Amino acid sequence: MTAAPPLLAMAGIEKAFPGVRALRGVDLELAAGEVLALLGENGAGKSTLIKVLGGAHAADAGSLAIDGRPTAFRSPQDARAAGIAVIHQEFTLVPGLTPPENIFLGQETARAGFVDRGAERRRAADLFARLGVTIDLDAPCSRLSTAQQQLVEIAKALAFEPRIIVMDEPTAALTPAEVARLFEIIGELKSRGIAVIYVSHRLEEIFTIADRVVVLRDGRNVGGAPIDRLDRTGLIALMVGRDLADEYPRRQVAVGPPRLAVRGLCRGRAVRDVSFEVHAGEILALAGLVGAGRTETLRLIFGADRRDSGDILLDGRRLDIRSPRDAIAAGIGLLTEDRKLEGLVLGRSVRENFALPNLGRLSRLGFVEAGRERRAFGRHVDQLRIKVPHQEERARNLSGGNQQKVVLAKWLERNCEVLFFDEPTRGIDVGARHEIYLLMNDLAARGKAIVMVSSELPEVLGMADRILVLHDGRVTGEIANGPGVTQEQIMQLAVA
Amino acid sequence: MSAALRRLLSDYGMLAVLLLLGLVFSGLTLEEQSSRGDAAARRMAASIRRDSPERPRVLVAVRGTPEDGLFAESLRRELDTAGAEVVDVVQGEPQAARAALEKIAQAGGRLDAVAATQTTGSWLVFSELATDFPALGTPRIVVPTSRRWPNFLKSDNLLNIANQIAVIAIMAIGMTMVIITGGIDLSVGSLAALSAVLAARLVRDHAGGVEASAGGMLAACLGAIAVCGLVGGLSGTLITLCGIPPFIVTLAMMLVASGLAYIASAGQSIYQIPESFVWLGRGSDLFGLPNAVVLMVVLYGLAHVLMSRTTLGRYLYAVGGNREAARLSGVPVRRVLLFAYVASGLLAGLGGVIMASQLKSGSPTYGTMYELYVIAAVVVGGTALAGGEGKILGTLIGAFIIAVIQNGMNLTNIESYTQKVVLGLVILAAVLADRLRRPAS
Repeated sequence: MTAAPPLLAMAGIEKAFPGVRALRGVDLELAAGEVLALLGENGAGKSTLIKVLGGAHAADAGSLAIDGRPTAFRSPQDARAAGIAVIHQEFTLVPGLTPPENIFLGQETARAGFVDRGAERRRAADLFARLGVTIDLDAPCSRLSTAQQQLVEIAKALAFEPRIIVMDEPTAALTPAEVARLFEIIGELKSRGIAVIYVSHRLEEIFTIADRVVVLRDGRNVGGAPIDRLDRTGLIALMVGRDLADEYPRRQVAVGPPRLAVRGLCRGRAVRDVSFEVHAGEILALAGLVGAGRTETLRLIFGADRRDSGDILLDGRRLDIRSPRDAIAAGIGLLTEDRKLEGLVLGRSVRENFALPNLGRLSRLGFVEAGRERRAFGRHVDQLRIKVPHQEERARNLSGGNQQKVVLAKWLERNCEVLFFDEPTRGIDVGARHEIYLLMNDLAARGKAIVMVSSELPEVLGMADRILVLHDGRVTGEIANGPGVTQEQIMQLAVA
Repeated sequence: MSAALRRLLSDYGMLAVLLLLGLVFSGLTLEEQSSRGDAAARRMAASIRRDSPERPRVLVAVRGTPEDGLFAESLRRELDTAGAEVVDVVQGEPQAARAALEKIAQAGGRLDAVAATQTTGSWLVFSELATDFPALGTPRIVVPTSRRWPNFLKSDNLLNIANQIAVIAIMAIGMTMVIITGGIDLSVGSLAALSAVLAARLVRDHAGGVEASAGGMLAACLGAIAVCGLVGGLSGTLITLCGIPPFIVTLAMMLVASGLAYIASAGQSIYQIPESFVWLGRGSDLFGLPNAVVLMVVLYGLAHVLMSRTTLGRYLYAVGGNREAARLSGVPVRRVLLFAYVASGLLAGLGGVIMASQLKSGSPTYGTMYELYVIAAVVVGGTALAGGEGKILGTLIGAFIIAVIQNGMNLTNIESYTQKVVLGLVILAAVLADRLRRPAS
């Protein structure tokens, strides 16, 4: 007796973007009524795989079959027609429209161009009833709570009778009670024969809800098993098991007295009672998964966001930081996570970008001293080996690595005593990465206190003296880096 | 072509458009210009004197117009100085010339030359002089040399262009700063009206009306401008602190300011101000350049230095280019935005004062729709509405482009309704050309 073909079978899926091979031949199978958990670190390829499944990206190679029939998706509509619904991490609701309007957006029931609002409302009510929840059908979605918005998303996904629902980090913004409710709904979907692909970092949830687990790493499926055959350690080993192939420059570590101390930093649910110290000459890494609160913590200290509570002390003196200006004046510099959006004014010249936080000392009586500015920037161009044809080049024309160096030059000129590096080597080629590592080491050697946020565990292990792990806004652990420290240790704390 | 030169052309590319327009209108208004000034008279006299060894006898013949009358006076003076004898002066029709010639012929003696204008020199009576009056000999008909020169390029006209656009150009300085920060200020036209009304009213009611002193008038003007600056400050505060979009805030202020102008003037034009008030708007003290034009040039010079050489200028560009990146680099974003809107208000106020000075009265109807011309000048000059880039001198070029088009159309007798259509289309074309010129970002 031949077994029925699986509901979904993906084989050898490959997808590359300029500069990065996101998927390198992924195989994945899914049976009807099954809850499959999809795990992997940041950058492992989960989002890309979901986008391929949802029809948003076309795979470069590989095959996809539904019920054994090979299909190819050329657009999200094709995927939807094949019965695949994706609920993304960022909601795609139009805030000003009501739930029924959002649910049927793009596929309105219409007669001669006029929308049949009554029919839509009835169908929406029906969907919510089957989910066992009541939602105000006339309120604009912006007025609903996050959990309610998510229910609208689920209803939207269910509206056209899907056979597979993909949920990407569905519980990131839910309370435990709401999470429980979501799990009940997933159970209901299962009993109807709908398969769910559940993407999450929260291992406790996986163990509660999933039937099977598949782990992605570096764009490949490195292992899958039924949930009852795995434990935490096994899962984590699958997620990180990679050799430290990259080289990280050695340095003489000479850690001095504590310079920056933060105590009880809080901001809503993003940062919850975070406290730590950074010493002179030390590189402290903030590790954790996306959404853990690392960038948010740095932004709070830097004054970019307003903190609900918490103290910031520099060399024992309490700082009153209410804006980036205050932090900069105190000697703190922040190299942002996204240099194009937050680190550079792309339309202006590199020289102007460099000068922006330094205008105070490069000008007299309000007039910029052009010669001084040019010489100062020239010094950094030499020292950091920034590749620019001339100082007037627009920042947007530089490569990622050179852009990052310009951002670094900005803060070096200020002689910051504390430097925050948020994902310092993201999107940067190998050669430039190494240079940036050398620069970081040099700064530490000169006695600066450095905090580095990085999602790449090898980078964390290669560069940091101490590692602070965050999860869900809280510090879950602190590790002194040394030869015996493993990525698994960090990951354990990161998934809590 | 070096990178610096290429950048210069890119930044001030609209200059090419301005020069092209100038060329076009010069071509369209090319005309025979015959001089009728003292210099021409002098040349004619010298020419007559050169021809005759002894004291030449000259008949001056011009038409009866006042201009020609003045020219006749010039001729008489210059001929006297040159040592010629002015036998008679004819001012009128050819018949008068014929009568004069008959009189001279009867009195005996010859006639060496006839000093005439282009028009009178071609009278039939003179061309047939040799046959009709043989006794007079063969006098030379001397007329002023004429050149072909575009009416557009006459210095009067060019100064007129500059004077017409001075108010809009000055207001456009503030608008450029605001737009560079990524905002917009729709209230400038109404603020100009408010300023004109307030200045006039302060002069009338508190500085002594028609007897007001220079100090009183100055105080009134400064007060009016200051009020506009305050309104700009209010706009800026609402935009930065309450996060209301600039379009809405300045639109509301436009209505409020206009209403206030009507209230403060009771809907009438306030005209009880001294004659000397027109010094700014109509006077020309410096080498014959209108005072308003001089002020415009000075302000543009200062603004250019501010935007290109000072810290504040850098901050304005940074805030417009990427507000968050600027904030994270320590730029005091709120203060910078506030400055831009206050500056826009102050300069709009100054514009209103100049208008009041030009028209020797303050009326709430001034400056209607000016914000559109001001914005047009900024945009045509190459500043992107999205913010983050643009040059102050570019705005000056943009203002001149608008003024040149209007002036050119006047000179070529295009009627005013068509002018509006043409102006709108040209603004579109200028911005389109600008976008095509720039590489897509």
